[in-house]
Amino acid sequence: MRAKTASLIVALVGLHLTLLLAGFVAPCDPGAQDRDLPYAPPTRLHFVDASSWHLRPFVYRWSAGPDGYFENKRQSFPVHFLTGGPAYKLLGIFEAKWHLFGVDEPARIALLGTDGFGRDEFSRVLSGGQISVAAGIAATLLALLAGSIFGIVAGYYGRLTDESLMGATELFLSLPWLYFLLGVRAFLPLHLSPARTFLLLTCVIGLIGWARPARLVRGIVLSARSRNYVLAARSFGGSDVYLMWRHILPEVLGLLLTQAALLVPRYIAAEVTLSFFGLGVNEPVASWGNMLSTLQQYSVLVSYAWLLAPAAAMVVTSVIYSILADTLHSRLEFRST
Amino acid sequence: MSYLGRRLIRAAFLLVGVSILCFLFTEMAPGSFFDEMRLNPQISPETISSLRSRYGLDQSLVVRYGRWLRSALHADFGYSIAYNAPVAPLLWSRAKNTLLLATTGMLLTWLVSIPLGVWAAARSGRMLDKSVRVASSLLVSIPEVVIAVALLAIVVRWRVLPVGGMTSMDDEGLSQWARLQEIASRMLLPTIILTLGESAIIVRHLRASVLEVLDTPFVQAARGLGIGRMRLLFRHVLPVAASPAISLLGFSLAGLLSGSLLVEVICGWPGLGPLILDATLSRDFYLVIGGIMLSALFMVGGNLVADIMLLACDPRIRTGALDAR
Repeated sequence: MRAKTASLIVALVGLHLTLLLAGFVAPCDPGAQDRDLPYAPPTRLHFVDASSWHLRPFVYRWSAGPDGYFENKRQSFPVHFLTGGPAYKLLGIFEAKWHLFGVDEPARIALLGTDGFGRDEFSRVLSGGQISVAAGIAATLLALLAGSIFGIVAGYYGRLTDESLMGATELFLSLPWLYFLLGVRAFLPLHLSPARTFLLLTCVIGLIGWARPARLVRGIVLSARSRNYVLAARSFGGSDVYLMWRHILPEVLGLLLTQAALLVPRYIAAEVTLSFFGLGVNEPVASWGNMLSTLQQYSVLVSYAWLLAPAAAMVVTSVIYSILADTLHSRLEFRST
Repeated sequence: MSYLGRRLIRAAFLLVGVSILCFLFTEMAPGSFFDEMRLNPQISPETISSLRSRYGLDQSLVVRYGRWLRSALHADFGYSIAYNAPVAPLLWSRAKNTLLLATTGMLLTWLVSIPLGVWAAARSGRMLDKSVRVASSLLVSIPEVVIAVALLAIVVRWRVLPVGGMTSMDDEGLSQWARLQEIASRMLLPTIILTLGESAIIVRHLRASVLEVLDTPFVQAARGLGIGRMRLLFRHVLPVAASPAISLLGFSLAGLLSGSLLVEVICGWPGLGPLILDATLSRDFYLVIGGIMLSALFMVGGNLVADIMLLACDPRIRTGALDAR
């Protein structure tokens, strides 16, 4: 059990740290185009050349030939670790030039191939992941904030407050989420700067999602508000806000954490779906959704399997989060009830 | 029957609420269908404002809502500016295809998940149960977009199935039977994608509730009486275990509708999905509202069906024993 938890934590931290430090881990600038190398397959790492073995992997450059790309074996380029490269902003603040790995110019290392503009797919998966995962997390925070406020208020005050708030949740839950999402998106401006689109998307996704957590929270609050210690605190003259904050909220925390782990991958998928439809984060900013949207052309889908990389990244993220949700569920919620 | 009556009234309120919500959202909208026209120097501002007043876009929210309600009562549900036609017929011609997809998906989902869920629960802890559990939790956690794109990639790459549209271009000369076959073969991929995502959820719930029922005294009594394994599972355990799963029906319908919107766009199935996506992109508000209302209507209908099934399945609801809660 302990080993399992430890590996889960390692996976979680690893995933988010990689995405957070995407500029450092990625060898290329995610926006840098190379019109000579559209749809180049993943660069192969070699250890053996004509003469001998090498401990340090090296790569060859792709050259365009009559039947596709071939490796130009005249010159080999060793892979350097912790090397200088294109400038980027670490965490969005610090100017930096150091990369985890890279090769000397004019060669390029594209571990997951390149897209139609010759941009490095690996770097784009990382920087797109920043956007998508951040959108998922921000939307989750928003949904849980709204959900827990309304849920606690509804459960605590009961009667008319409860009924009107639960009526509102029913309204939100009566719509299939994607229809709802598309509908709300339809009423908002289509073309915006990337930063505003991001903000807008998280708000829309988060505000649509408040209803389910609100209902769950309300259920717990209903039973919590008549516990003896709450009644006792009330008899001492504790105010409503104090009671909710100090005595009711802690009861709900376990549920909120589990819900967060459940909702983050779902909201990542929501962002990806919207961007996939062209209603979310737009080019040139990468997001897993708009990277996948090039696959809507069947010819691209068939020929360039490496462009499915964002999908694989999503699978990894979702699986890690769902294991987290299971673990949290069995640890936190069964203990509290 | 008062149970169903109450549900119906609730459903009507819900639909009105959804429509009000939609109109409140249109108030937030900064642009309109005619924004693109404004960029065109050949169209004068006067033309645009006269168009706006012709479609009633210059009226206040309340007036617009009142007009829309009236047209909804005439079964028009507003007027699509892009298609220059009432919304309802437009939606209906597409909704048939979506419904075909969603209902087939739902039937298939239940066909797959009932035996799997019951079987996995009956052999809990063994190989089959473990593999069902791992597969379902994997499928639940993988987003539908990914499943859809990956399956599409496989299908298109190895040309397993025809994809895109409902029939091939030259379907005029085909006989009725060949057309049907054509539609079925093109429907297969979207349905499989839908079923994969949905049945994973249902299997998990069904397995849990069957496990719970298997522990109850009446099942042990039945076992003691020597009732056969199959009969015990499907005649005695399943009806009891099914009722929590049936109340999931509405929920799973929501998933199916959302999923089918996505799958339709990805696989090029001519359902509501592409229509609403286009309407969203061209800011054709009444069409979007119509689509949302239609999806709400489907949901309400699905929930009513679930209620009726629960009524048939669970005697406690008929006698009102659950109303005390």
